[in-house]
Amino acid sequence: MSRVQNTLIESVRKVVGWVPERWLPGGTPDPLIGRHGAVGTQLAQLDGPQKVRGAARFAAEVPLEGLCYAALVNSPVTRGRITRLDTAAAEAAPGVLLVLTYRNMPRLGLVPLMGVTNLGAVGNSALPILQDDQIRYNGQVMALVLAETQQQADHAARLIDLSVDTAPALSDFQAAKPEARTPASILVERNEQSAGDAEAALRQAAFSTDATYTTPGHNHAAIELHGVTAHWTGNRLVLHDATQAVAPTAAALAKLFGLRREDVRVLSPFVGGGFGAKGFWDHQVLAVAAARMVDRPVRLMLSREAVFRMVGGRSPTEQRVAIGADAEGRFTALIHTGYSVMPPYSASPEQYTLGTRSLYRAQSYRFGQKHLDLDIVPNTFMRAPGESVGSFAVESAVDELAHAMDIDPVELRLRNEPETHPLTGTPFSQRALATAWRQGADRFGWDARSTMPRARRDGEWLLGMGCAAGNFPYVRMPSGALRIRLTRDGQATLSTSAQDMGMGTATVQTQHAADRLGLPLDAITFEMGDSDLPAAPVAGGSSQTVSIAAAIAAAASKLTVELLRLAGNASPLAGLRAGEVRLAEGGLVCIEDPTRRETYGDILTRAGRDEISVTETGAPPLEIFKYAMLSHSANFCEVRVSDVTGELRVTRLLGVFDVGTILNPRMAVSQLRGGMIMGLGMALSEEVLFDERSGRIMNPGLADYHIPAHLDVPEIDVTWTGIPDPRSPLGARGIGEIGITGVAAAIANAVFNATGKRLRDLPLTLDRLIGAEGA
Amino acid sequence: MAITINGTEVPLPEDPRMSLAEFLRDGLHLTGTKIGCNQGGCGACTVLIDGQRVLSCLTLAVQAEGREVTTIEGLSSGDDLHPLQEAFIAHDGFQCGYCTPGQICAATAMLRELAEGMPSSVTGDLSRPAPLTAEEIRERMSGNLCRCGAHNGIIAAILQVAQEGAA
Ligand code: FES
Ligand code: FES
Repeated sequence: MSRVQNTLIESVRKVVGWVPERWLPGGTPDPLIGRHGAVGTQLAQLDGPQKVRGAARFAAEVPLEGLCYAALVNSPVTRGRITRLDTAAAEAAPGVLLVLTYRNMPRLGLVPLMGVTNLGAVGNSALPILQDDQIRYNGQVMALVLAETQQQADHAARLIDLSVDTAPALSDFQAAKPEARTPASILVERNEQSAGDAEAALRQAAFSTDATYTTPGHNHAAIELHGVTAHWTGNRLVLHDATQAVAPTAAALAKLFGLRREDVRVLSPFVGGGFGAKGFWDHQVLAVAAARMVDRPVRLMLSREAVFRMVGGRSPTEQRVAIGADAEGRFTALIHTGYSVMPPYSASPEQYTLGTRSLYRAQSYRFGQKHLDLDIVPNTFMRAPGESVGSFAVESAVDELAHAMDIDPVELRLRNEPETHPLTGTPFSQRALATAWRQGADRFGWDARSTMPRARRDGEWLLGMGCAAGNFPYVRMPSGALRIRLTRDGQATLSTSAQDMGMGTATVQTQHAADRLGLPLDAITFEMGDSDLPAAPVAGGSSQTVSIAAAIAAAASKLTVELLRLAGNASPLAGLRAGEVRLAEGGLVCIEDPTRRETYGDILTRAGRDEISVTETGAPPLEIFKYAMLSHSANFCEVRVSDVTGELRVTRLLGVFDVGTILNPRMAVSQLRGGMIMGLGMALSEEVLFDERSGRIMNPGLADYHIPAHLDVPEIDVTWTGIPDPRSPLGARGIGEIGITGVAAAIANAVFNATGKRLRDLPLTLDRLIGAEGA
Repeated sequence: MAITINGTEVPLPEDPRMSLAEFLRDGLHLTGTKIGCNQGGCGACTVLIDGQRVLSCLTLAVQAEGREVTTIEGLSSGDDLHPLQEAFIAHDGFQCGYCTPGQICAATAMLRELAEGMPSSVTGDLSRPAPLTAEEIRERMSGNLCRCGAHNGIIAAILQVAQEGAA
């Protein structure tokens, strides 16, 4: 991310700032906002019956004739050179078809890294895949073994004899700090930004806090392992993949293997959880290459350990947050800086300071992030990259300041709500965080909280309450294409390559299409998860719902024009233009005179057509340059901490969300809760234990990397402000990631309230809490 | 030398190294049984052997010789879903659906354990049958991980079925 990019983005902002509102997407609010229809109803996930029967077919479950199975050998060291790689015993083992190493792997180019300057790219790693004898990180693939059965492949993989000349590696966070890099930009934002002299203002402030917070590495830990089934027929490739980026994966593979894009088909109808992890990594390339070499279909499912070693997670961070305030609690200085790991071959900058930049008004600011180049598996985007861990730091700091000033932490936040974006002065498209705070305080019974820490007790248990804000930007991806096919019997099929990991994409867009096209729900079919369908971008940044919604809106407009053309002079609609009709009750209706109308079926019949089909792309997301568009949350939490053992139980958790229109309340609750539970895991137990001496992950499994289990998860209360965003399709903003933000801080703040002990390092484990004594 | 799977006798696999999970998925294409870790850490591979819940990834197929294995595919008959399957839909007890078959199989056996009065580590009074509470169910289902965060819906679904005594 370069300086050129900063200049480019800033000039787009400037130009768009001058353009009249009505020329922009969202300039005139979407007419479906506030309309009562299928959107907003509690439709259950359409594929529910398949899922509960175990009939949903995932990527590593596709049965194929002649299928063979792969196993991998991963490097046990971090840096070095292979000096000996004896594959003879493995090759001679029963059932073995192929041993693939850097010596016989086809010579392939590099996969372009995904990023804001190359939206079509999908690479998570810019490192070569089995191309040379160099080892660049611990766990890098050294060999693939292909055999008739999984058992034979697993056995033979253990017979490979690998010797390595090890080289010194960079794996110590603290030791790497002097060499830290300061990138010019973080995603689309200029990295280092300041206003006024924040350090001086901090020194002069009536009240202040200045502390360092750390968060460890996190692993996505989707329950479905990364798996593919790869299959060639001649020069055509079919890949059954578990991916959040269907069409971009097909494009990347075509490029890498020198194929025409239309000769590659990627299918991903179901994905068993992604959270950022189900992207393009080495295993797809390895399976595709191996399948080509033996000319048979290949199944490669990573082991759980390999997922930890070969698919990067969230970077650890060390963050400084300092806040200065005047006697009334108005912020005079806000500083958020820090370090995270991002080797140059990784795509994800873990943007932990970005959320803070729009969260509070202050008289002076300083923001900036530094990257450490460690020799690690490339870190990547994980649910709310940046905001998840950044909100822990800033929202802990606000709590510290509130305590120092003896002000209620909700009140302190309300006093510092900004009117416009604090750095740019750009208006918010919609922001009702203050409403969310009030709504939440009321619902939670916040007034029962003791302002004094360590004041409430139930036997050995100390009780406390805490709160914290979260935020997450609205993103809409450019270039998502979608096809609407309408048939004479009044049925519509919508098709896009996008995919569904359980967010309910197909369900919600079916609801949307019913309203947009004026058809009943059972007249809509939504197809997705296939790269042969019109290409959609990666599902990330909570952007998919609004991106598809914009594509449906655009395709529906085009459909209107085409239908009017088809209707011709004999139609009651004759002479009307697109702006004069709307799609309703199964056809076109004149807005001025609703008696002038005709059904889709009648229009097609008269024109002698069986169907009509249009494909369109959503308008460019210029609204994000004209407005500050973000979702917000107010989180409340109650904990119990054992004074004897340090055991921490979260007993109550409430999230109040300001996320625009809720498209399907039932699935929205599930999505938001899911995010909050990941925040709970981040607070309580999640930690990639990284051996800084060897560069090796020490807990690569679900028995040792602890995600929340049922007993950790209380009944979670979720509600929302329900205020639509006038600038977005349907008034909605994505809700996949906002749930995780703020939760860890709310829990840590509740722990402080319970125990008087301020924990600035995640996770909040027993060793840090035992005999909790505090201020 | 056979296993009964969902009521049908199936010959044992040739390779004794094959786990029951692999045998079901790769050998019989009963892919409703999932593999989330292959090392006993997640519960996605839970099936019933003679009515008891087991992790099929930690069970060799040959160990099930002569026994009755029930998988998620065996819980429903035709279009009729098992009450737990219905309740999971009603309570939105899943998102991606990958942990779901394991959760449902585990819940089936767990409700029987509870009905038989088996205590758990959160049971307060060991002299009486364990009570039917959300807390008891949470504890007993903690071996089945869900990363999408469908926990509340899962527990609500199981509790409803337990209360209706329908399992
Ligand atoms: S796959 Fe068996 S417990 Fe995880
Ligand atoms: S529903 Fe996805 S892991 Fe449970």
